[in-house]
Amino acid sequence: MNELVVVSGKGGTGKTTLVAAFAALAEKTVLADCDVDAADLHLLLEPRIRRREPFKSGHTAFIRQADCTQCGVCDTHCRVDAIRIDRDPDGNPTFSVDSISCEGCGVCVHFCPEGAIDFPESTCGEWFVSETRQGPMVHARLGIAEENSGKLVTLVRNEAKRIVHDRHFELLIADGPPGIGCPVIASITGASLVLLVTEPTLSGLHDLERGFELADQLGVPTAVCVNQHDINPSMTETIDRECEQRSIPVVGHIRHSRDVVHAMVAKQSVVEYTESPVAEEIRKVWHQVNAMLQAGAETRA
Amino acid sequence: MRIVIASGKGGTGKTTVATGLARSCEGDVQLLDCDVEEPDCHLFLKPNIEGSEAVGIPIPTVDGEKCTGHGECGKICQYNAIVSLGGAPVVFPELCHGCGGCALVCPEEAITEVPRQVGVVEYGHSGHIEFIQGRLRVGEAMSPPVMRAVKKYVREGATTIIDAPPGTSCPVVEAVKHTDFAVLVTEPTPFGLNDLTLAVEMLRKLRIPLGVVINRAGIGDDGVEAYCRSEGISILLRIPYDRRIAVAYSRGETLEVAIPEYREKLAGLATAIAAKVSS
Ligand code: SF4
Ligand code: SF4
Repeated sequence: MNELVVVSGKGGTGKTTLVAAFAALAEKTVLADCDVDAADLHLLLEPRIRRREPFKSGHTAFIRQADCTQCGVCDTHCRVDAIRIDRDPDGNPTFSVDSISCEGCGVCVHFCPEGAIDFPESTCGEWFVSETRQGPMVHARLGIAEENSGKLVTLVRNEAKRIVHDRHFELLIADGPPGIGCPVIASITGASLVLLVTEPTLSGLHDLERGFELADQLGVPTAVCVNQHDINPSMTETIDRECEQRSIPVVGHIRHSRDVVHAMVAKQSVVEYTESPVAEEIRKVWHQVNAMLQAGAETRA
Repeated sequence: MRIVIASGKGGTGKTTVATGLARSCEGDVQLLDCDVEEPDCHLFLKPNIEGSEAVGIPIPTVDGEKCTGHGECGKICQYNAIVSLGGAPVVFPELCHGCGGCALVCPEEAITEVPRQVGVVEYGHSGHIEFIQGRLRVGEAMSPPVMRAVKKYVREGATTIIDAPPGTSCPVVEAVKHTDFAVLVTEPTPFGLNDLTLAVEMLRKLRIPLGVVINRAGIGDDGVEAYCRSEGISILLRIPYDRRIAVAYSRGETLEVAIPEYREKLAGLATAIAAKVSS
């Protein structure tokens, strides 16, 4: 099985646009939206949800007021300032846990002399298995202000892999999150190929370098695609050169085109929406990426 | 006054607004780049970095001589970062949140905490702007400690502009917490709208007043405008799509340098926010 993960150091470079187009071009594919914090792929693929599950992970502390003697031990031990102390007009304190700040370390729960702190498992979001016109899709929604996005990403990927396996498919295409932190690490570890989508901007170049470093540390094969290459041709050249020096293949340049937004508004991928040059360029990128995936699979075999 | 510049989705122009706003504000201004996974403000402000500080989280080290293999540490740890299988426990530094539980609970006092570097804070100036940024080390998973270290530099009395990371999960909350006003930068597309609604939900949960800046106005549909109208959210500024802005951005130029009339508009944005905060 091949697993392609499309990421970008910086958000908004056209990752989801490409994933939706690849989904339309590839056959027998399962899709995974690993951008669990700001998922957008469903807007283009209009999934029909078949299965819906809560995502439970970690715990959150909760102080039972009836048993609390206001000793303050929890506040002394909490390192993330999650213990709130509200005082009434006479200065008497009430201790409570700010569930948004609480990281669920459980130290207060253990040390509370009164055993006054409950520690229920928290529901941090939801995940879904859906059908789309391009095949099955696994996606998720991390709750507002929640943690453990890495674990949710891993869950989404594993579920998608299971479907690939069950249906005897060969490919998983994942829309990855932006950045280089926890959810990105969870998305790309062990992938067959990571496609870094960038734009020819100073910040695009800067973020690309951090992306290379991460992919390198994790030992995943990488390719680059430059989106909106014509915004700054000389920066595009710089990026091409940088990639060449690192022996990272550039699988294509895609022009700036209003068709991209128009397709989005029409809830379609660019290749479904139009035959214009931008769609042609995206098709070429897909052929290159697919060839790399096939070649990689042969070497592994 | 602390203004955070946020967006549900990346690449909408957060950094453009944050840096342009900082440049256009007079007086005592600080810019804190809390997008520690991809700090980019420095590319636009080109600050003079005057110093830096390592950010570490305390992780346990076990004194094998003292350890009697109780395994209390492994029981309290919620992240499987310290695992005891009879003998002295094994520590997995990348999983440790630095909560200190294992050191506190160890009956033999066999655990001491040593800092492990996860990032760095750099500080300096760009013209009249005091500049602070955090940078997460590549390969590290946990950005909140780095963001907390950056936010220690917030000064009372200054106009503090905070560039937040994209999204709505725990790192974003860390950046947004304890601010007076949030500017949500979005674009008028279905993706922009979807991510904006999530960001609004987050800010309402945190009870932070907010306003919207529509970047690349005119490119998509009017979903964002309609949403703001029905939710009673004020649109503070519309920045029409202009290739000059895209090109300037690609070169690392700030908005008001690329198109000088934005200096006044951004200064107006700051005044409008100040009026909202004080009312
Ligand atoms: S440690 Fe327990 S008893 Fe003491 S203030 Fe906290 S919750 Fe209350
Ligand atoms: S400090 Fe906390 S998170 Fe780290 S190993 Fe000890 S108990 Fe686990």
